[in-house]
Amino acid sequence: MRFVSITSPHSERPNSVTMTMLWVIIALAPGGVAMTWYFGWGIVIHMLLASAAAVIAEALVMKLRGRPVMPAVSDLSAAVTALLLAIALPPLLPWWLTVLGTVFAIVVAKHLYGGLGYNPFNPAMIGYVLLLVSYPVEMTAWLPPIMLNQHPLDFAQTLTAIFGGGLPAGLQWDALTMATPLDEMRNQLNQNRMISEIRQSTLWGDFGGRGWEWVGNWYLLGGLILLYKRVISWHIPVSMLGAVLVMAMLFHFLDQESHPFGLFHIFSGGTLLGAFFIATDPVSAATTKKGQLIYGACIGFITYIIRHWGGYPDAVAFAVLLMNMAAPTIDYYTQPRVFGQRSTGDD
Amino acid sequence: MATSSYGRLIKDGLWSNNQALVALLGLCPLLAVTNTAVNGLGLGIATLVVITLSNVTVSVIRNWVRPEVRLPVFVLVIASFVTAVELSMNAWFHELYKILGIFIPLIVTNCAIIGRAEAFASKNSLDRSLVDGLAMGIGFTLALTVLGALREMLGMGTLFSQADLMFGEIASGLTLSLGDEFKGMLLAILPPGAFIGLGFMIALKNIIDKRLTQPRKAETVTAARPEPAAG
Repeated sequence: MRFVSITSPHSERPNSVTMTMLWVIIALAPGGVAMTWYFGWGIVIHMLLASAAAVIAEALVMKLRGRPVMPAVSDLSAAVTALLLAIALPPLLPWWLTVLGTVFAIVVAKHLYGGLGYNPFNPAMIGYVLLLVSYPVEMTAWLPPIMLNQHPLDFAQTLTAIFGGGLPAGLQWDALTMATPLDEMRNQLNQNRMISEIRQSTLWGDFGGRGWEWVGNWYLLGGLILLYKRVISWHIPVSMLGAVLVMAMLFHFLDQESHPFGLFHIFSGGTLLGAFFIATDPVSAATTKKGQLIYGACIGFITYIIRHWGGYPDAVAFAVLLMNMAAPTIDYYTQPRVFGQRSTGDD
Repeated sequence: MATSSYGRLIKDGLWSNNQALVALLGLCPLLAVTNTAVNGLGLGIATLVVITLSNVTVSVIRNWVRPEVRLPVFVLVIASFVTAVELSMNAWFHELYKILGIFIPLIVTNCAIIGRAEAFASKNSLDRSLVDGLAMGIGFTLALTVLGALREMLGMGTLFSQADLMFGEIASGLTLSLGDEFKGMLLAILPPGAFIGLGFMIALKNIIDKRLTQPRKAETVTAARPEPAAG
Protein backbone atom coordinates (compact mmCIF):
# COMPACT_ATOMS: atom_id res chain seq x y z
CA MET A 1 0.00 0.00 0.00
CA ARG A 2 1.30 3.43 -0.93
CA PHE A 3 0.74 6.61 0.94
CA VAL A 4 0.73 9.83 -0.95
CA SER A 5 3.13 12.23 0.71
CA ILE A 6 2.08 15.83 0.43
CA THR A 7 4.26 18.76 1.22
CA SER A 8 3.09 21.63 3.38
CA PRO A 9 0.99 23.75 3.59
CA HIS A 10 -1.49 21.04 4.45
CA SER A 11 -4.52 23.21 4.79
CA GLU A 12 -5.05 26.13 2.53
CA ARG A 13 -6.92 29.29 3.24
CA PRO A 14 -8.60 31.38 0.63
CA ASN A 15 -6.96 34.57 -0.54
CA SER A 16 -6.16 36.46 2.61
CA VAL A 17 -6.87 39.93 1.23
CA THR A 18 -10.40 38.90 0.31
CA MET A 19 -10.93 37.23 3.69
CA THR A 20 -9.65 40.30 5.55
CA MET A 21 -11.91 42.59 3.56
CA LEU A 22 -14.86 40.25 4.04
CA TRP A 23 -14.37 40.32 7.80
CA VAL A 24 -14.19 44.10 7.76
CA ILE A 25 -17.51 44.19 5.90
CA ILE A 26 -19.06 41.73 8.37
CA ALA A 27 -17.77 43.76 11.30
CA LEU A 28 -19.21 46.93 9.80
CA ALA A 29 -22.66 45.33 9.67
CA PRO A 30 -23.76 46.06 13.28
CA GLY A 31 -22.78 49.71 12.97
CA GLY A 32 -24.38 49.93 9.55
CA VAL A 33 -27.64 48.44 10.77
CA ALA A 34 -27.63 50.78 13.76
CA MET A 35 -27.03 53.78 11.50
CA THR A 36 -29.94 52.70 9.32
CA TRP A 37 -32.16 52.28 12.37
CA TYR A 38 -31.36 55.73 13.73
CA PHE A 39 -30.91 57.76 10.54
CA GLY A 40 -33.07 56.05 7.96
CA TRP A 41 -32.59 54.47 4.57
CA GLY A 42 -30.14 57.07 3.32
CA ILE A 43 -27.17 55.16 4.71
CA VAL A 44 -28.12 51.99 2.82
CA ILE A 45 -28.67 53.89 -0.41
CA HIS A 46 -25.29 55.58 -0.09
CA MET A 47 -23.61 52.26 0.67
CA LEU A 48 -25.02 50.67 -2.47
CA LEU A 49 -24.31 53.72 -4.57
CA ALA A 50 -20.74 54.07 -3.32
CA SER A 51 -20.02 50.35 -3.74
CA ALA A 52 -21.26 50.39 -7.32
CA ALA A 53 -19.24 53.52 -8.11
CA ALA A 54 -16.14 52.09 -6.45
CA VAL A 55 -16.28 48.77 -8.30
CA ILE A 56 -16.87 50.47 -11.65
CA ALA A 57 -14.06 52.97 -11.02
CA GLU A 58 -11.71 50.19 -9.90
CA ALA A 59 -12.46 48.12 -12.99
CA LEU A 60 -11.97 51.08 -15.33
CA VAL A 61 -8.68 52.09 -13.74
CA MET A 62 -7.32 48.55 -13.83
CA LYS A 63 -8.26 48.34 -17.50
CA LEU A 64 -6.58 51.69 -18.13
CA ARG A 65 -3.46 50.50 -16.34
CA GLY A 66 -3.40 47.32 -18.41
CA ARG A 67 -3.79 45.08 -15.38
CA PRO A 68 -6.16 42.14 -14.89
CA VAL A 69 -9.53 43.49 -13.77
CA MET A 70 -11.15 40.58 -11.99
CA PRO A 71 -8.65 39.95 -9.16
CA ALA A 72 -8.71 43.62 -8.19
CA VAL A 73 -12.48 43.87 -8.20
CA SER A 74 -13.10 40.58 -6.43
CA ASP A 75 -10.71 41.24 -3.52
CA LEU A 76 -13.43 43.51 -2.07
CA SER A 77 -10.97 46.27 -1.14
CA ALA A 78 -12.82 48.79 -3.31
CA ALA A 79 -16.09 47.80 -1.64
CA VAL A 80 -14.59 48.31 1.82
CA THR A 81 -13.34 51.77 0.85
CA ALA A 82 -16.80 52.59 -0.48
CA LEU A 83 -18.58 51.33 2.63
CA LEU A 84 -16.28 53.19 5.00
CA LEU A 85 -16.84 56.37 3.03
CA ALA A 86 -20.60 55.88 2.73
CA ILE A 87 -21.03 55.30 6.45
CA ALA A 88 -19.41 58.67 7.16
CA LEU A 89 -21.70 60.60 4.79
CA PRO A 90 -24.85 62.45 5.84
CA PRO A 91 -27.95 60.37 4.96
CA LEU A 92 -29.48 62.83 2.51
CA LEU A 93 -26.31 63.83 0.65
CA PRO A 94 -26.97 64.35 -3.08
CA TRP A 95 -26.02 61.23 -5.03
CA TRP A 96 -23.38 62.86 -7.20
CA LEU A 97 -21.33 63.86 -4.16
CA THR A 98 -21.18 60.23 -3.03
CA VAL A 99 -20.08 59.20 -6.50
CA LEU A 100 -17.54 62.03 -6.70
CA GLY A 101 -16.01 61.17 -3.33
CA THR A 102 -15.84 57.45 -4.10
CA VAL A 103 -14.34 57.90 -7.55
CA PHE A 104 -11.76 60.35 -6.19
CA ALA A 105 -10.91 57.92 -3.40
CA ILE A 106 -10.43 54.98 -5.77
CA VAL A 107 -8.83 56.73 -8.73
CA VAL A 108 -6.69 59.44 -7.14
CA ALA A 109 -6.01 58.27 -3.59
CA LYS A 110 -5.61 54.58 -4.41
CA HIS A 111 -4.64 53.93 -7.99
CA LEU A 112 -2.58 57.00 -8.85
CA TYR A 113 -0.31 55.96 -6.00
CA GLY A 114 -0.01 52.42 -7.31
CA GLY A 115 -3.13 50.58 -6.19
CA LEU A 116 -3.88 48.38 -3.21
CA GLY A 117 -0.90 48.13 -0.92
CA TYR A 118 0.87 51.23 -2.22
CA ASN A 119 -1.47 54.06 -1.20
CA PRO A 120 0.12 56.23 1.48
CA PHE A 121 -3.24 57.69 2.50
CA ASN A 122 -6.45 56.00 3.52
CA PRO A 123 -8.58 56.29 0.34
CA ALA A 124 -11.93 56.48 2.13
CA MET A 125 -10.73 59.37 4.27
CA ILE A 126 -9.32 61.20 1.24
CA GLY A 127 -12.73 60.93 -0.38
CA TYR A 128 -14.41 62.13 2.81
CA VAL A 129 -12.06 65.08 3.30
CA LEU A 130 -12.42 66.08 -0.37
CA LEU A 131 -16.18 66.28 0.11
CA LEU A 132 -15.97 67.94 3.52
CA VAL A 133 -13.58 70.64 2.33
CA SER A 134 -15.33 71.22 -0.99
CA TYR A 135 -18.98 71.02 0.05
CA PRO A 136 -19.20 71.99 3.71
CA VAL A 137 -22.91 72.85 3.59
CA GLU A 138 -24.06 69.53 2.17
CA MET A 139 -21.63 67.54 4.28
CA THR A 140 -22.89 68.93 7.57
CA ALA A 141 -26.60 68.47 6.86
CA TRP A 142 -27.12 65.53 9.21
CA LEU A 143 -30.52 64.17 10.15
CA PRO A 144 -31.47 63.93 13.80
CA PRO A 145 -31.65 60.39 15.19
CA ILE A 146 -35.03 58.67 14.91
CA MET A 147 -36.37 59.52 18.38
CA LEU A 148 -35.77 63.23 17.88
CA ASN A 149 -36.84 63.31 14.25
CA GLN A 150 -40.15 65.09 13.75
CA HIS A 151 -40.45 64.10 10.11
CA PRO A 152 -38.92 60.69 9.45
CA LEU A 153 -38.68 60.03 5.72
CA ASP A 154 -39.66 56.68 4.26
CA PHE A 155 -37.59 54.83 1.67
CA ALA A 156 -39.14 56.46 -1.39
CA GLN A 157 -38.87 59.96 0.06
CA THR A 158 -35.23 59.38 0.97
CA LEU A 159 -34.54 58.13 -2.54
CA THR A 160 -36.17 61.22 -4.05
CA ALA A 161 -34.20 63.54 -1.79
CA ILE A 162 -30.87 61.90 -2.62
CA PHE A 163 -31.44 61.78 -6.35
CA GLY A 164 -32.36 65.42 -6.63
CA GLY A 165 -36.12 65.20 -6.51
CA GLY A 166 -36.27 67.52 -3.52
CA LEU A 167 -38.01 67.07 -0.21
CA PRO A 168 -41.64 66.06 0.37
CA ALA A 169 -44.07 68.96 0.19
CA GLY A 170 -44.07 71.27 3.18
CA LEU A 171 -40.64 70.29 4.44
CA GLN A 172 -37.61 72.54 4.47
CA TRP A 173 -33.99 71.46 4.79
CA ASP A 174 -33.64 73.54 7.94
CA ALA A 175 -36.56 71.77 9.57
CA LEU A 176 -35.19 68.37 8.68
CA THR A 177 -31.51 68.59 9.51
CA MET A 178 -29.78 69.04 12.81
CA ALA A 179 -26.27 69.71 14.03
CA THR A 180 -24.27 66.67 15.08
CA PRO A 181 -23.61 66.37 18.82
CA LEU A 182 -20.01 67.53 18.42
CA ASP A 183 -21.14 70.53 16.40
CA GLU A 184 -23.92 71.34 18.84
CA MET A 185 -21.63 71.11 21.87
CA ARG A 186 -19.07 73.29 20.16
CA ASN A 187 -21.57 75.98 19.19
CA GLN A 188 -23.09 76.07 22.65
CA LEU A 189 -19.69 76.27 24.30
CA ASN A 190 -18.73 79.08 21.95
CA GLN A 191 -21.74 80.97 23.25
CA ASN A 192 -20.20 80.68 26.72
CA ARG A 193 -22.84 78.33 28.05
CA MET A 194 -21.93 75.84 30.73
CA ILE A 195 -21.97 72.12 30.15
CA SER A 196 -24.45 71.37 32.93
CA GLU A 197 -26.75 73.91 31.27
CA ILE A 198 -26.18 72.56 27.74
CA ARG A 199 -26.90 69.01 28.77
CA GLN A 200 -30.37 69.87 30.06
CA SER A 201 -31.58 69.54 26.47
CA THR A 202 -33.19 66.29 25.32
CA LEU A 203 -30.53 65.97 22.65
CA TRP A 204 -28.13 64.30 25.02
CA GLY A 205 -27.85 60.73 26.18
CA ASP A 206 -25.55 59.26 28.79
CA PHE A 207 -22.27 60.29 27.21
CA GLY A 208 -22.79 61.73 23.73
CA GLY A 209 -25.81 62.66 21.69
CA ARG A 210 -28.90 60.46 22.00
CA GLY A 211 -28.84 57.78 19.35
CA TRP A 212 -25.36 58.72 18.21
CA GLU A 213 -23.70 57.11 21.21
CA TRP A 214 -25.47 53.82 20.45
CA VAL A 215 -24.10 53.81 16.94
CA GLY A 216 -20.71 54.12 18.60
CA ASN A 217 -21.45 51.04 20.70
CA TRP A 218 -22.22 48.98 17.61
CA TYR A 219 -18.99 50.07 15.97
CA LEU A 220 -17.24 48.98 19.14
CA LEU A 221 -18.87 45.56 18.77
CA GLY A 222 -17.67 45.38 15.15
CA GLY A 223 -14.21 46.33 16.31
CA LEU A 224 -14.22 43.53 18.86
CA ILE A 225 -15.15 41.08 16.10
CA LEU A 226 -12.14 42.29 14.11
CA LEU A 227 -9.92 41.92 17.15
CA TYR A 228 -11.25 38.42 17.85
CA LYS A 229 -10.65 37.36 14.24
CA ARG A 230 -7.19 38.94 14.44
CA VAL A 231 -7.88 41.13 11.43
CA ILE A 232 -6.53 44.03 13.46
CA SER A 233 -4.32 44.14 16.54
CA TRP A 234 -5.23 46.01 19.71
CA HIS A 235 -2.39 48.51 19.51
CA ILE A 236 -3.88 51.24 17.34
CA PRO A 237 -7.45 51.29 18.73
CA VAL A 238 -6.31 51.17 22.34
CA SER A 239 -3.68 53.86 21.99
CA MET A 240 -5.96 56.10 19.94
CA LEU A 241 -8.94 55.83 22.28
CA GLY A 242 -6.58 56.13 25.24
CA ALA A 243 -5.06 59.33 23.90
CA VAL A 244 -8.49 60.89 23.25
CA LEU A 245 -9.60 59.88 26.74
CA VAL A 246 -6.46 61.17 28.45
CA MET A 247 -6.63 64.53 26.71
CA ALA A 248 -10.36 64.92 27.26
CA MET A 249 -10.25 63.89 30.92
CA LEU A 250 -7.28 66.14 31.60
CA PHE A 251 -9.13 69.20 30.33
CA HIS A 252 -12.38 68.02 31.88
CA PHE A 253 -10.85 67.97 35.34
CA LEU A 254 -9.17 71.31 34.78
CA ASP A 255 -12.47 72.96 33.94
CA GLN A 256 -15.54 70.75 34.16
CA GLU A 257 -17.98 73.30 32.83
CA SER A 258 -16.33 74.03 29.54
CA HIS A 259 -14.88 70.64 28.64
CA PRO A 260 -17.21 67.67 28.19
CA PHE A 261 -16.57 64.41 30.06
CA GLY A 262 -13.98 62.18 28.40
CA LEU A 263 -16.44 59.56 27.20
CA PHE A 264 -18.33 62.25 25.30
CA HIS A 265 -15.42 62.41 22.88
CA ILE A 266 -15.23 58.63 22.61
CA PHE A 267 -18.92 58.21 21.80
CA SER A 268 -19.26 61.22 19.50
CA GLY A 269 -18.35 61.74 15.90
CA GLY A 270 -16.13 59.22 14.21
CA THR A 271 -13.92 58.25 17.15
CA LEU A 272 -14.94 54.60 17.52
CA LEU A 273 -15.42 54.03 13.79
CA GLY A 274 -12.02 55.62 13.22
CA ALA A 275 -10.24 53.73 15.95
CA PHE A 276 -11.29 50.27 14.82
CA PHE A 277 -11.95 50.56 11.09
CA ILE A 278 -10.05 53.52 9.68
CA ALA A 279 -6.86 54.06 11.65
CA THR A 280 -6.17 50.31 11.47
CA ASP A 281 -6.02 50.24 7.67
CA PRO A 282 -3.12 47.81 7.15
CA VAL A 283 -1.76 49.70 4.15
CA SER A 284 -1.52 53.26 5.39
CA ALA A 285 -0.97 52.69 9.12
CA ALA A 286 2.31 52.08 10.92
CA THR A 287 3.28 48.40 10.90
CA THR A 288 5.57 47.79 13.86
CA LYS A 289 3.92 47.19 17.23
CA LYS A 290 5.69 50.04 18.97
CA GLY A 291 5.05 52.22 15.94
CA GLN A 292 1.35 51.41 16.04
CA LEU A 293 1.14 52.58 19.64
CA ILE A 294 2.76 55.91 18.71
CA TYR A 295 0.66 56.20 15.55
CA GLY A 296 -2.63 55.56 17.34
CA ALA A 297 -1.80 57.87 20.22
CA CYS A 298 -0.89 60.71 17.87
CA ILE A 299 -4.19 60.26 15.99
CA GLY A 300 -5.98 60.53 19.32
CA PHE A 301 -4.09 63.67 20.34
CA ILE A 302 -4.58 65.38 16.98
CA THR A 303 -8.28 64.47 16.97
CA TYR A 304 -8.79 66.14 20.33
CA ILE A 305 -6.65 69.14 19.41
CA ILE A 306 -8.55 69.82 16.18
CA ARG A 307 -11.92 69.21 17.83
CA HIS A 308 -11.09 71.60 20.62
CA TRP A 309 -9.08 74.35 18.94
CA GLY A 310 -9.46 73.68 15.22
CA GLY A 311 -11.97 74.82 12.64
CA TYR A 312 -13.91 71.58 12.23
CA PRO A 313 -16.17 69.90 14.79
CA ASP A 314 -14.83 66.42 14.04
CA ALA A 315 -11.28 65.61 13.15
CA VAL A 316 -10.76 61.85 12.94
CA ALA A 317 -10.35 61.99 9.16
CA PHE A 318 -7.81 64.80 9.30
CA ALA A 319 -5.91 63.17 12.15
CA VAL A 320 -5.71 59.85 10.29
CA LEU A 321 -4.49 61.53 7.11
CA LEU A 322 -1.88 63.57 8.97
CA MET A 323 -0.55 60.48 10.70
CA ASN A 324 -0.62 58.51 7.42
CA MET A 325 2.05 60.96 6.33
CA ALA A 326 4.09 60.20 9.43
CA ALA A 327 3.66 56.41 9.30
CA PRO A 328 6.78 55.62 7.19
CA THR A 329 8.95 57.71 9.51
CA ILE A 330 7.45 56.06 12.58
CA ASP A 331 8.14 52.65 11.07
CA TYR A 332 11.70 53.63 10.29
CA TYR A 333 12.48 54.60 13.88
CA THR A 334 10.65 51.69 15.53
CA GLN A 335 12.08 48.76 13.60
CA PRO A 336 12.31 45.83 15.97
CA ARG A 337 15.72 44.34 16.52
CA VAL A 338 16.43 41.22 14.50
CA PHE A 339 15.97 38.20 16.78
CA GLY A 340 19.20 37.27 18.51
CA GLN A 341 20.91 40.58 17.89
CA ARG A 342 22.09 42.60 20.83
CA SER A 343 21.53 46.27 20.92
CA THR A 344 24.68 48.19 20.23
CA GLY A 345 25.10 50.75 22.98
CA ASP A 346 24.24 53.73 20.79
CA ASP A 347 20.71 52.95 19.65
CA MET B 1 22.66 73.97 -29.22
CA ALA B 2 24.48 76.26 -31.58
CA THR B 3 22.95 74.66 -34.65
CA SER B 4 19.35 74.61 -33.48
CA SER B 5 16.97 76.98 -35.18
CA TYR B 6 14.38 79.36 -33.82
CA GLY B 7 11.77 76.67 -34.35
CA ARG B 8 13.53 74.45 -31.90
CA LEU B 9 13.70 77.25 -29.33
CA ILE B 10 10.01 77.92 -29.69
CA LYS B 11 9.12 74.24 -29.41
CA ASP B 12 11.30 73.92 -26.30
CA GLY B 13 9.71 76.91 -24.64
CA LEU B 14 6.12 76.02 -25.42
CA TRP B 15 6.24 72.29 -24.96
CA SER B 16 9.24 70.06 -24.54
CA ASN B 17 11.02 72.22 -21.95
CA ASN B 18 8.01 74.12 -20.65
CA GLN B 19 9.18 75.87 -17.50
CA ALA B 20 6.04 75.01 -15.56
CA LEU B 21 5.25 71.51 -16.79
CA VAL B 22 8.68 70.02 -17.42
CA ALA B 23 11.26 72.03 -15.52
CA LEU B 24 8.76 72.60 -12.66
CA LEU B 25 10.24 76.04 -12.06
CA GLY B 26 8.36 78.99 -10.66
CA LEU B 27 5.91 76.80 -8.80
CA CYS B 28 5.26 79.36 -6.06
CA PRO B 29 3.42 81.89 -8.26
CA LEU B 30 2.09 79.07 -10.42
CA LEU B 31 0.33 77.45 -7.49
CA ALA B 32 -0.59 80.60 -5.62
CA VAL B 33 -2.33 82.79 -8.17
CA THR B 34 -3.94 80.36 -10.59
CA ASN B 35 -7.33 80.33 -8.92
CA THR B 36 -8.88 82.06 -11.93
CA ALA B 37 -7.91 82.15 -15.57
CA VAL B 38 -7.57 85.93 -15.55
CA ASN B 39 -5.25 85.92 -12.54
CA GLY B 40 -3.13 83.26 -14.19
CA LEU B 41 -3.04 85.20 -17.45
CA GLY B 42 -2.17 88.45 -15.66
CA LEU B 43 0.75 87.00 -13.77
CA GLY B 44 1.78 85.04 -16.86
CA ILE B 45 1.99 88.16 -18.98
CA ALA B 46 3.93 90.01 -16.28
CA THR B 47 6.36 87.10 -16.14
CA LEU B 48 6.54 86.99 -19.94
CA VAL B 49 7.54 90.66 -20.10
CA VAL B 50 10.15 90.25 -17.40
CA ILE B 51 11.70 87.08 -18.79
CA THR B 52 11.92 88.53 -22.31
CA LEU B 53 13.49 91.81 -21.21
CA SER B 54 15.88 90.14 -18.77
CA ASN B 55 16.97 87.58 -21.39
CA VAL B 56 17.69 90.37 -23.87
CA THR B 57 19.59 92.47 -21.36
CA VAL B 58 21.61 89.59 -19.98
CA SER B 59 22.51 88.53 -23.49
CA VAL B 60 23.69 92.05 -24.36
CA ILE B 61 25.86 92.41 -21.29
CA ARG B 62 27.07 88.81 -21.23
CA ASN B 63 30.57 89.64 -22.44
CA TRP B 64 31.17 92.37 -19.84
CA VAL B 65 29.95 90.58 -16.75
CA ARG B 66 32.64 88.63 -14.94
CA PRO B 67 31.54 85.06 -14.06
CA GLU B 68 32.21 85.69 -10.35
CA VAL B 69 29.52 88.33 -10.06
CA ARG B 70 27.12 87.15 -12.74
CA LEU B 71 24.32 85.99 -10.43
CA PRO B 72 23.99 89.27 -8.46
CA VAL B 73 24.03 91.14 -11.77
CA PHE B 74 21.30 88.92 -13.19
CA VAL B 75 19.19 89.38 -10.09
CA LEU B 76 19.69 93.14 -10.29
CA VAL B 77 18.61 93.17 -13.94
CA ILE B 78 15.55 91.05 -13.19
CA ALA B 79 14.64 93.12 -10.15
CA SER B 80 14.76 96.33 -12.18
CA PHE B 81 12.37 94.96 -14.78
CA VAL B 82 10.07 93.55 -12.13
CA THR B 83 9.92 96.94 -10.45
CA ALA B 84 9.07 98.55 -13.77
CA VAL B 85 6.36 95.99 -14.48
CA GLU B 86 5.00 96.33 -10.96
CA LEU B 87 4.74 100.11 -11.21
CA SER B 88 3.12 99.88 -14.66
CA MET B 89 0.56 97.37 -13.46
CA ASN B 90 -0.19 99.53 -10.45
CA ALA B 91 -0.81 102.42 -12.82
CA TRP B 92 -2.86 100.76 -15.54
CA PHE B 93 -4.30 97.55 -14.08
CA HIS B 94 -4.75 98.63 -10.50
CA GLU B 95 -7.51 96.15 -9.61
CA LEU B 96 -5.61 93.20 -11.02
CA TYR B 97 -2.48 94.49 -9.29
CA LYS B 98 -4.31 94.43 -5.97
CA ILE B 99 -5.47 90.83 -6.53
CA LEU B 100 -2.05 89.52 -7.52
CA GLY B 101 -0.50 91.47 -4.67
CA ILE B 102 2.77 90.12 -3.35
CA PHE B 103 3.21 87.73 -6.27
CA ILE B 104 4.22 90.50 -8.67
CA PRO B 105 7.32 91.56 -6.68
CA LEU B 106 7.97 87.86 -6.14
CA ILE B 107 8.54 87.42 -9.87
CA VAL B 108 12.11 88.41 -8.98
CA THR B 109 12.53 85.12 -7.20
CA ASN B 110 10.96 83.08 -9.99
CA CYS B 111 13.55 80.41 -10.74
CA ALA B 112 12.40 80.15 -14.32
CA ILE B 113 13.64 83.66 -15.09
CA ILE B 114 17.06 83.45 -13.49
CA GLY B 115 17.29 79.92 -14.84
CA ARG B 116 16.90 81.14 -18.42
CA ALA B 117 19.30 84.03 -17.79
CA GLU B 118 21.95 81.69 -16.41
CA ALA B 119 21.42 78.70 -18.66
CA PHE B 120 20.61 80.38 -21.93
CA ALA B 121 20.88 84.15 -22.27
CA SER B 122 24.37 84.39 -20.77
CA LYS B 123 25.69 82.04 -23.43
CA ASN B 124 23.67 82.98 -26.51
CA SER B 125 23.32 85.84 -28.93
CA LEU B 126 20.76 88.61 -28.61
CA ASP B 127 18.26 87.33 -31.20
CA ARG B 128 18.25 83.80 -29.87
CA SER B 129 17.85 85.01 -26.29
CA LEU B 130 14.92 87.16 -27.35
CA VAL B 131 13.18 84.20 -29.01
CA ASP B 132 13.96 81.97 -26.05
CA GLY B 133 12.59 84.50 -23.56
CA LEU B 134 9.40 84.95 -25.57
CA ALA B 135 8.88 81.21 -26.02
CA MET B 136 9.58 80.35 -22.39
CA GLY B 137 7.38 83.20 -21.20
CA ILE B 138 4.50 82.22 -23.46
CA GLY B 139 4.84 78.59 -22.40
CA PHE B 140 4.70 79.60 -18.74
CA THR B 141 1.74 81.92 -19.40
CA LEU B 142 -0.15 79.16 -21.18
CA ALA B 143 0.40 76.73 -18.32
CA LEU B 144 -0.71 79.35 -15.80
CA THR B 145 -3.81 80.25 -17.79
CA VAL B 146 -4.87 76.67 -18.44
CA LEU B 147 -4.41 75.71 -14.79
CA GLY B 148 -6.28 78.86 -13.75
CA ALA B 149 -9.11 78.09 -16.16
CA LEU B 150 -9.39 74.49 -14.92
CA ARG B 151 -9.47 75.53 -11.28
CA GLU B 152 -11.91 78.35 -11.96
CA MET B 153 -14.30 76.08 -13.84
CA LEU B 154 -14.19 73.34 -11.22
CA GLY B 155 -14.21 75.64 -8.26
CA MET B 156 -16.60 78.41 -9.22
CA GLY B 157 -18.27 77.24 -12.40
CA THR B 158 -17.17 80.30 -14.35
CA LEU B 159 -14.51 81.09 -16.90
CA PHE B 160 -12.76 84.43 -17.41
CA SER B 161 -14.62 86.06 -14.56
CA GLN B 162 -13.30 89.55 -13.85
CA ALA B 163 -11.87 89.72 -17.36
CA ASP B 164 -12.74 93.42 -17.29
CA LEU B 165 -9.90 93.97 -14.81
CA MET B 166 -7.50 93.20 -17.58
CA PHE B 167 -9.13 94.11 -20.84
CA GLY B 168 -11.40 96.93 -19.70
CA GLU B 169 -15.16 97.17 -19.53
CA ILE B 170 -15.61 95.76 -23.01
CA ALA B 171 -14.47 92.33 -21.83
CA SER B 172 -16.94 91.94 -19.00
CA GLY B 173 -19.19 90.05 -21.41
CA LEU B 174 -16.44 87.51 -21.87
CA THR B 175 -17.27 85.76 -18.63
CA LEU B 176 -18.73 82.33 -19.22
CA SER B 177 -20.78 80.59 -16.61
CA LEU B 178 -21.69 76.94 -16.26
CA GLY B 179 -25.00 78.00 -14.80
CA ASP B 180 -26.17 78.96 -11.35
CA GLU B 181 -27.03 75.36 -10.54
CA PHE B 182 -23.38 74.36 -10.69
CA LYS B 183 -21.98 73.85 -7.24
CA GLY B 184 -18.31 74.68 -7.19
CA MET B 185 -15.79 72.28 -5.74
CA LEU B 186 -14.13 74.50 -3.17
CA LEU B 187 -11.06 72.29 -3.04
CA ALA B 188 -10.11 73.29 -6.58
CA ILE B 189 -9.73 76.93 -5.51
CA LEU B 190 -7.80 76.04 -2.36
CA PRO B 191 -4.04 75.33 -2.52
CA PRO B 192 -4.41 71.52 -2.78
CA GLY B 193 -6.43 72.04 -5.96
CA ALA B 194 -3.41 73.72 -7.54
CA PHE B 195 -1.13 70.80 -6.73
CA ILE B 196 -3.63 68.20 -7.90
CA GLY B 197 -4.45 70.18 -11.04
CA LEU B 198 -0.78 70.68 -11.92
CA GLY B 199 -0.18 66.98 -11.34
CA PHE B 200 -2.93 66.09 -13.79
CA MET B 201 -1.60 68.58 -16.36
CA ILE B 202 1.89 67.08 -16.15
CA ALA B 203 0.42 63.58 -16.44
CA LEU B 204 -1.58 64.63 -19.49
CA LYS B 205 1.52 66.12 -21.11
CA ASN B 206 3.48 62.95 -20.47
CA ILE B 207 0.70 60.83 -21.95
CA ILE B 208 0.62 62.99 -25.08
CA ASP B 209 4.41 62.80 -25.38
CA LYS B 210 4.27 59.04 -25.00
CA ARG B 211 1.58 58.71 -27.64
CA LEU B 212 3.57 60.93 -29.99
CA THR B 213 6.80 59.01 -29.61
CA GLN B 214 5.34 55.52 -29.63
CA PRO B 215 4.94 55.09 -33.40
CA ARG B 216 8.58 56.13 -33.83
CA LYS B 217 9.87 54.00 -31.01
CA ALA B 218 12.51 52.40 -33.21
CA GLU B 219 14.19 55.72 -33.82
CA THR B 220 16.61 56.94 -31.23
CA VAL B 221 15.04 59.40 -28.91
CA THR B 222 16.94 62.62 -29.46
CA ALA B 223 14.61 65.00 -27.72
CA ALA B 224 16.35 67.66 -25.72
CA ARG B 225 16.74 66.66 -22.15
CA PRO B 226 15.00 68.97 -19.74
CA GLU B 227 17.17 70.73 -17.24
CA PRO B 228 16.80 69.46 -13.70
CA ALA B 229 14.47 71.40 -11.48
CA ALA B 230 16.42 73.84 -9.37
CA GLY B 231 13.94 75.42 -7.06
